[in-house]
Amino acid sequence: MATFQLTVNGQRKEVDVDASTPLLWVLREDLKMTGTKYGCGISACGACTVHVDGVATRSCVVPVSLIGNRPIVTIEGVAQDPMGRKVQDAWVEKDVVQCGYCQSGQIMSAVALLKANPKPTDQNIEESMGGNLCRCATYVRIREAIKSASQQLT
Amino acid sequence: MLANDRNLFRVFLITAAVFVSWIALLTRAAIEVPESNAAVNAAQRADGLAAWNQVYSVLTSPRCINCHTATNYPQQGDDRHRHFANVIRGAAGKGVPALNCVSCHQHTNADSTGVPGGPDWHLAPLSMRWQDMNDQPLSSAAVCRAVTDRSRNENMDGPALLKHHEEAALVLWAWNPGRRPDGTARTAPPLTHAEFVAATRRWVDAGTPCPKGR
Repeated sequence: MATFQLTVNGQRKEVDVDASTPLLWVLREDLKMTGTKYGCGISACGACTVHVDGVATRSCVVPVSLIGNRPIVTIEGVAQDPMGRKVQDAWVEKDVVQCGYCQSGQIMSAVALLKANPKPTDQNIEESMGGNLCRCATYVRIREAIKSASQQLT
Repeated sequence: MLANDRNLFRVFLITAAVFVSWIALLTRAAIEVPESNAAVNAAQRADGLAAWNQVYSVLTSPRCINCHTATNYPQQGDDRHRHFANVIRGAAGKGVPALNCVSCHQHTNADSTGVPGGPDWHLAPLSMRWQDMNDQPLSSAAVCRAVTDRSRNENMDGPALLKHHEEAALVLWAWNPGRRPDGTARTAPPLTHAEFVAATRRWVDAGTPCPKGR
């Protein structure tokens, strides 16, 4: 066990965990932030996506010991950012969610995409969101919501 | 007088014989010098090509060539299958927004989760592709041409190539590739790093010769 100082959604947190523990489980089990989901556990589905120093990161495969002092943003805190707020509003507007399990990861990836590319093409969206799986197949509505959020950025 | 003439004639003959022999020796030596250089050059080239073959065996091993693809995606595993999770190259070889290489690959190996890592994890540029579009390794000659073409290799000459093989972080990673998700060790290249550097040095010292052919 080791002690790690983390900055999550702007707040300093201290956890005492095994260094090999994936960030996902530190968030969910130790910090009780269950908005970030466990999907596949091998970074194949994107349900566990959070931002680490602004980079969309698969938290299920990143040991907490490799985070260092990089700030973490999760679905619980993404609305603090204007871009995150716009994306969440667009998700509501387009009624994207079906079962909802993958959607926190979808939103975190969409925010990362729009921050890097505020005017993504359909191809940009397919490429960037291609690693986020949705078993309800809400992909069409996800794309519409991303475009809607993009239009509101102007 | 006759005796003197004979003596003079003998002296002349001896002198002429010595002169002719001397000329012949000189001529032979003159012919042999370039033959010797050619032999040395041929031997050096052969040694350089043998060293290149060793270098090529490393470059085309999965730990290296999996990120030197010609396609829009990296590969993974010893069978060099397409990277899972719809990972694609992206404009800079670092993935795309929301699905960057560093979305999973951190600055060092994550052995507890089986994800390899190293500084600035990324694909080699397309100019350094060592495979065809069917994911088959290019020939030794083709890879050698790519590696030595300074318009394609970030302007590296022989010494720079040697330094790259000696020190580049992602090159060094190949000999510290970490563990697979099942906990077993990833396969390293067929030579040790020291052997790889020694082979590169021999190849560079020989003038970075490349095999003929396509």
